[in-house]
Amino acid sequence: MENPYLPYPVRIDDIQIATEDKSLKTFKFVFLNEEDEENFSYNAGQFAEVSIPGKGEIPIGIASSPVEKGFVMFTVFRAGAVTSHLHNMKVGDVMGIRGPLGNWYPWEMLEGKNILIVGGGFAFTTLRSSIIYMLDPANRSKFGNIDVVYGARTPGMLLYKDELVEWEKRDDINMHLTIDSPAEGWDYNVGFTPPVTELKAPKGDADTFAIVCGPPIMIKFTLPVLEKLGYSHDHIIMSLENRMKCGIGMCGRCNIGKELVCKDGPVFTLAELNKTPKEY
Amino acid sequence: MLGYIDKIRGISEKLLTEEKVDMVIGFKKGTIPMMNEPFVARNASEVKDFVWDSNCGINLANYLTDRKETIGIIAKGCDSRSIVNHIIENKITREQLIIIGVPCKGMIDHHEISSMFDTEITEVTENGSDIIVKGTDFEETLKKDSFLQKNCKVCVHRNPVIHDELVADMVDEQKDVDRFEEVNKIEVMSQEEKWNYFNDLLSPCIRCYACRNACPLCFCPTCFVDESKPQWVGKGPDPVDTRTFHFLRAYHMVGRCTDCGSCVRACPMGIDVRAFTKKSEKDCFELYGWEAGLSIDKRPALETFKQNDPEDFIK
Amino acid sequence: MKVIKIDKKDWAGGLERSRNTYKLIGPVKEKDKDISSFKPLGKDMLPDLDVMATSVSPKSIVFPQEEVMLTYTTDESKEDCNLFKSHDKDYSPRAVIGIRPFDAAAFLLVKKNFDTPDYRDPYWCDAYEACTFIGLAINNPDSLDFSPSTKTGPFDTSGLDVLLVETEDSYLAQVVTEKGEAYLNAAGWENEAGNGVDKQIGDMKKAAETKITSSISYDKIKSKEILDLYNADFWDQASFACINCGTCTYVCPTCWCFDIQDETRGKKGIRTKAWDSCMFPLFTIHTTGHNPRGTKLQRVRQRFMHKLKYFMDKYDDGIMCVGCGRCIRSCPVNIDIRSICETMNNYEPAK
Repeated sequence: MENPYLPYPVRIDDIQIATEDKSLKTFKFVFLNEEDEENFSYNAGQFAEVSIPGKGEIPIGIASSPVEKGFVMFTVFRAGAVTSHLHNMKVGDVMGIRGPLGNWYPWEMLEGKNILIVGGGFAFTTLRSSIIYMLDPANRSKFGNIDVVYGARTPGMLLYKDELVEWEKRDDINMHLTIDSPAEGWDYNVGFTPPVTELKAPKGDADTFAIVCGPPIMIKFTLPVLEKLGYSHDHIIMSLENRMKCGIGMCGRCNIGKELVCKDGPVFTLAELNKTPKEY
Repeated sequence: MLGYIDKIRGISEKLLTEEKVDMVIGFKKGTIPMMNEPFVARNASEVKDFVWDSNCGINLANYLTDRKETIGIIAKGCDSRSIVNHIIENKITREQLIIIGVPCKGMIDHHEISSMFDTEITEVTENGSDIIVKGTDFEETLKKDSFLQKNCKVCVHRNPVIHDELVADMVDEQKDVDRFEEVNKIEVMSQEEKWNYFNDLLSPCIRCYACRNACPLCFCPTCFVDESKPQWVGKGPDPVDTRTFHFLRAYHMVGRCTDCGSCVRACPMGIDVRAFTKKSEKDCFELYGWEAGLSIDKRPALETFKQNDPEDFIK
Repeated sequence: MKVIKIDKKDWAGGLERSRNTYKLIGPVKEKDKDISSFKPLGKDMLPDLDVMATSVSPKSIVFPQEEVMLTYTTDESKEDCNLFKSHDKDYSPRAVIGIRPFDAAAFLLVKKNFDTPDYRDPYWCDAYEACTFIGLAINNPDSLDFSPSTKTGPFDTSGLDVLLVETEDSYLAQVVTEKGEAYLNAAGWENEAGNGVDKQIGDMKKAAETKITSSISYDKIKSKEILDLYNADFWDQASFACINCGTCTYVCPTCWCFDIQDETRGKKGIRTKAWDSCMFPLFTIHTTGHNPRGTKLQRVRQRFMHKLKYFMDKYDDGIMCVGCGRCIRSCPVNIDIRSICETMNNYEPAK
């Protein structure tokens, strides 16, 4: 068995500023060794440790989709030592990524179901991965209706704007974009994510699952809305973030009760989370 | 000192019953010899657990930091001085506290007594000035005065410097002690000898930070050793990092340390951490006539400036 | 089980012969100090077999306080600039002489964390596999030893390759594994003990077990809900005295939490794995400043819940404690896992 602490060497292939305040950038990495890409075979919802020599590692959700080949993509918020350094790196620079890590959204179980995605702020990365995955011609027929509620403070703070526009035009996905307050040229919803969800999201039933990712405050107010809409707790799927180091369930800091967020998670249903201490 | 217990329980019960305080902080009997556990009583029925003996070396001022309640606190001389520190450094207010003063005759050195016997000590009791140490195959009576913590041996502030209640008459302060004897021994060493001395002193350190966390002065929200942006010190047992931690911590104690000995008492490896702080205590005393924690009306040595402060060390 | 009789006169000689094949590690007492630890035994050094539980547990033999995992260079003139490399290590055979049965059993518990169906920590596992554990039975357990309550005990062989039982003039070496047999061969100890040795060892074992005065019960913890224990009201008082140092976790043979750090000197760097502690506030702090276990109560609860409940629920194999008593002896403020375990075991949530 190989060394799970040893990152795959990658080269930065592209860097895009993702939001108007420049706090987020999207990095495309290509593997230096072709065979590593095969080993890094992942599912939508997983994360990886982005690894910079001398700076350390940071767990980031994978924003590219398993159906996109030749690169992996991460959208990274500039916050700590590692991400600040990453934001200053250039195309062509070499670093490491380690993964894929954690579990993923339960795609097998979700086959044949309607999917509601609720996302807020910059927690849209693995949701993008999921949408691309579901919209892939090979996969689209596996799912029922797809609804997406995605909110940000301003239009400029929405991630993946070009793709959002594309998806808006399609008739096999219902987009419900929203921003906090009115802005010039904005023709979509205005208001926080939870009330927009209440207004636009489909009702919950046995065949409809919600995947929710966003800042704690959005989660807090979205969950009651989903309950009101009829989503049972085992039909609400969430992805947690906790401080992590090893990413493989060994270093001991990310647990919520007996579950390790890095290995048993990060994806849990609300029903599962109800049974664990709220240490996230 | 055993006679203090009834008094401590009585005063605590009264304070709690009359709702003068939300809690009383003291000690309860430990589960192993020479150890007591800091304990909080929040209602009168709990005061029966309070004890007092020569194993109450942990400085209780440590449990006051940033508390919002009104608190009764059992305080021997050094605890009371650390409480003064806490008050002048705005970690608690005088009005929140009812200080139950305990005149102290010194705490016993559990590291030293443990290392005296090859087999396990199963029971240690006190009888006046005697300490009776028992193991499965031995029993020995020791004179308490000879087995005090090193800081207690040279303590000149055994009586609480600030108190609202007092559990007994004040004890005589020690007069003929050479407070800085240990520092003097190190000061005359050559540079190389000092280096070796401190290296040897720190070699068992496992960086558990018991010394820091037992210290009532170490209340920084984030200690410099834990900072990650920037990271000043490596986290492992590298000697350079270990020294950096101890040296910098010692500097942070200047003019504040009351030589309560909690750091040494807490160290699982028995390191005499006071070897660092004692030097700064001496310098503060000799250069500025300053002793920490004696009055809530005076500002600490490093916070004030006088025209005639010595400045020989600025070259 | 095969038992070899080692004459004490041949103890040093056998150890010396075994050095041709093994590096030796054993308990060493610091001169004039009340502390001891497991250290490599240099030439002519003998293990100090009078030490009962070393101050710091022998976990560092396979899980050093800090160890290099990877190396890198940030020198742009080098071809391998910014590429991580596995750090080559020496995993030649080593024999751990005089390890106590509870400490060896602790490795079996910790192995569940480092050697899983999904991932294998090569540093821990390779070091562990390189070891042959020549344990020493505890004839006179101390008052803090509650190892029989934790499914090990003074003569437990579960984590050992050889169990030595000390008698007046000899060590009776019970061969537990082939690895153990290989060590005894390398030491040149071959004389099988005569008839009656099994009874002799059995009697000594019983005698030792009756000397145990300390115990814990956790039989009722399994059936309790995690959240009931988690939300119990006793944690406030239980955690009051704690000063949040890392002593209990650092001296513990079963605490395995660690940190990963990069250190660069000049252009050469190492990525290390170093002990960390759930007692430290920064252990769980998010970059945003949010801390899921920001209070002392939360951290103390985490330590005991992990050892006595989460581990039990996750692996269905007892508790994450071998009853060595170190955390009780070393805690600066006398927090006692025995009392806390009892409180947890007897806790009934208010209806």
